[in-house]
Amino acid sequence: MDRTEIESKLTDLLVDELGIERDDITQEAKFEEDLDVDSLGVVELLMALEDNFGVKIPDEEAEQITTVGEAVDLVEAKLNG
Amino acid sequence: MSRVALVTGGSRGIGRAIALRLASDGHVVAVNYAANSAAADDVVEEIVAAGGTAIAVQADVGDTDAVSAMFETVEDRLGKVEVLVNNAGITRDDLLMRMGPEAWDEVIETNLRSVYLCSRAAMRGMLRSRWGRIISVSSISGISGNPGQANYAASKAGIIGFSKSIAREIGSRNITVNVVAPGFIETDMTEGLGTEIADEVASRAALGRLGRPEEIAAAVGYLASDDAAYVTGQTLVVDGGLAL
Repeated sequence: MDRTEIESKLTDLLVDELGIERDDITQEAKFEEDLDVDSLGVVELLMALEDNFGVKIPDEEAEQITTVGEAVDLVEAKLNG
Repeated sequence: MSRVALVTGGSRGIGRAIALRLASDGHVVAVNYAANSAAADDVVEEIVAAGGTAIAVQADVGDTDAVSAMFETVEDRLGKVEVLVNNAGITRDDLLMRMGPEAWDEVIETNLRSVYLCSRAAMRGMLRSRWGRIISVSSISGISGNPGQANYAASKAGIIGFSKSIAREIGSRNITVNVVAPGFIETDMTEGLGTEIADEVASRAALGRLGRPEEIAAAVGYLASDDAAYVTGQTLVVDGGLAL
């Protein structure tokens, strides 16, 4: 799966699971500050990523994620690493 | 509405009554047990004979890996746990001055660590489906204290603080977290205390008698039902008016 595919799937998850406006989603957008996702919402997003991409994200790595781009990086690294 | 319910310590006493009650309310029930598989099988048979669905699942609920394995089994066989009843509990009563670290650790592990482990494991599915009920069985000992039960009372009070915190954490996801605090209920656990103590406690209760496991199960059934949709972070004391 290439980066574009991961991005588009992640965007769908953000829209469908967390009710975020598609237009607000950029690579630089911060979940808590820009997208109004609370800390539990970030946890939920990571669970959705695990389920949808079939990857395992350890808690200590999950804590580092603050932006959409970082989430894509993490999934990409997990899938290709 | 039929839900998938998991009752820890569901083979005997209050847990058994809860499992039977949830099944008769139409829920599919996983009956967890620690060691007594025959007792758990009896509960399952009784549920199935009455037209319900149930399975027995062994696990030491104070053990991290055992809890993970238990949830995997339940989810594979019944689906995601929607109603979790943290009921498993033990006593190792003694005066504090005679209570060794083992008696402390064992009780905290089985009664309180289990609540943390099972709630955490159940929460994933509940968050995804935006619906869940976590109901934990505490005790009047955890509210009023009881001599000889420092470990047990601490674990049971811990359940209340834990539940209030989690209720706040996940309320926005339509998951309620509540506690039922039984008084003196006629079970194997209390039978060991002898009739003298039982009579004395019964006389102190406003209703003048001990409680039955079914009376605790009824409170759990209510908290699991749609009628309790707006109740969270609460401790429902079911003690016949013992601690007023």
